[in-house]
Amino acid sequence: MSADDLQALLLTLKLASLVTLLLLLFGTPLAWWLACGRSRWRTPVAALTALPLVLPPTVLGFYLLLALGPQGALGGIARAVGVLPFTFAGLVFASLIYSLPFVVQPLRTAFEGLGPRPLEAAATLRASPLRAFFTVALPLARPGLITAAVLGFAHTVGEFGVVLMIGGNIPGQTRVLSIQLYDHVEALEYASAQHLAALLLLFSFAVLLVVYRQRAALHHV
Amino acid sequence: MSRPLRLLLVSAALLLGTLGHADTVQVAVAANFSAPMQAIARAFEQQSGDQLSLSFGATGKFYTQIKNGAPFAVLLAADSKTPQRLASEGNALPASEFTYATGKLVLWSASPGLVDAQGAVLESGSYQHLAIANPALAPYGAAAMQVLAQRKLLVAVQSKLVTGENITQAYDFVATGNAELGFVALSQVSLNGQISKGSAWVVPAKLYDPLHQDAILLNAGKDLPAAKALLDFLHSDAAKTIIRSYGYDL
Repeated sequence: MSADDLQALLLTLKLASLVTLLLLLFGTPLAWWLACGRSRWRTPVAALTALPLVLPPTVLGFYLLLALGPQGALGGIARAVGVLPFTFAGLVFASLIYSLPFVVQPLRTAFEGLGPRPLEAAATLRASPLRAFFTVALPLARPGLITAAVLGFAHTVGEFGVVLMIGGNIPGQTRVLSIQLYDHVEALEYASAQHLAALLLLFSFAVLLVVYRQRAALHHV
Repeated sequence: MSRPLRLLLVSAALLLGTLGHADTVQVAVAANFSAPMQAIARAFEQQSGDQLSLSFGATGKFYTQIKNGAPFAVLLAADSKTPQRLASEGNALPASEFTYATGKLVLWSASPGLVDAQGAVLESGSYQHLAIANPALAPYGAAAMQVLAQRKLLVAVQSKLVTGENITQAYDFVATGNAELGFVALSQVSLNGQISKGSAWVVPAKLYDPLHQDAILLNAGKDLPAAKALLDFLHSDAAKTIIRSYGYDL
C-alpha cells in the first residue's frame, strides 16, 4: 500500500469515526422521539430522516454544492462556521445527512421493541424519565445501538457519490478511500485498485458478520 | 377503440419505429465538447434520420471503459493520444482518426472582473480554490498543470487546487461559486466568440501543448453505416460552423 493509499485510509477512518460519534449523539434522541413521541410531526420527520436512503447520492451532493456555495441558501452560515465544500468539515456535514437513516432506523426499531413496560416499571420505582432512559432504555437497546454504530460507520466508509460531488479530491482533506480507488481504476492502476478493493470487501464482510452475529445472539437469548 | 388501448398501440408503434430502419449510434464524447456536440447531434439526426446516444465524460475514463468492452461506436476524445493508443491496441480503426477540433483553455471565474486579461490573478491571494479537471484523466487538466508550471505556481497553488473528475465538474465548482477560479474549456464559457458569463483569461496557446481533439471509429462501430456517417458529418461545413461558434479552432 502506497503512502497516498494509507493517507486515504486514515482519512476515511477519521471521517467515519467522527460521523458515527456525532450521529449516535444526535441520532439517539431523535430516534427516541420518533419511537415514543406523540407529536403529529413524527411521520413527516421520519420520512425526512429516511430520505437519504432513497435519494441518489449525486442528488444530495448536487444540492449541497448549490446550497453551500456563496449564493446558496446555507452559504452564509456555511462560511461563518467553515463547513464548506472541499473541506473535511464539509465532508463531515454531508456524511451526517447521508448516513443519518442508517443510525436512526436501527435505534428507533430497538426503542420501539422495548415496549412501554420497562419504563413504566422504572417510573413506579420513582425514576425520573431521564434517569429511566439512561439506566433502563439505553442498556436494553444495546444491540440496536451496536447495529446503528456499525452501519453508520460502514456506510460512511462506503460513501462515494456525495464526496465526488463536493470533495474536490484533496489529499488528506477529502480524498477518501473510495475516491482513491476510483482514481486508481480510472488511471488503469489495476493492481493498486485491487488492494484497496479487497480491503473494502473484507471490511464490509466483517461488518455484516458483526451485525448478523449480534442478531443471532439476540434470538438465542 | 378504448383510450388506454390506443395509447398502448401508439407507444408500441413508436417503439418499433425506433427499432426499425434508423440506427442508433453510441458516442463517447469528451466532457468539454458537450455543448457543441448536442447542437451537432440535432443537426445530424435531422439530416440523416439516425439516432445518437451521447455519453459525456473524461477521456481517460472512456479509454478504460472501451478497453473493457463498452459498446461505443465512436469516440470524440479530448486529445489525440487516447485515440492513437486505442488504434495501436486494436480497439479502433487507425485510418478513421482525424482532428475534429482544437480546444482552448481559459482561466475563468463566475464573478465579473475577478480575472484580468493577463491572468495575473493567479499570482494574487484573492482566491481560496482553483478548480481543475483531474490531470491524470482529463487533457484539459494536464494542460492546466502545464500553465501553472510555466508560471512557476505549482507549489504556491498546491493547497488551493480542487480537482473535478472531468472538465464539466471543474466548471460546476466554479459556476456555483465554491471555487473562485478554475481552468475550464473555452467552449464551456463562450458563445459566438464572446465570453458569455463571468470573467476569463484565454490562456495563450504557447503555454500548453495543443489540445488537438481527435475522433475515431471504434471496433463496435465498424459495421455501422450511421457511425461512419457521423464522422463524415463532423467534416461538413455545417458541423464546422457549430464547432467554431463554441470557440474551438479547426
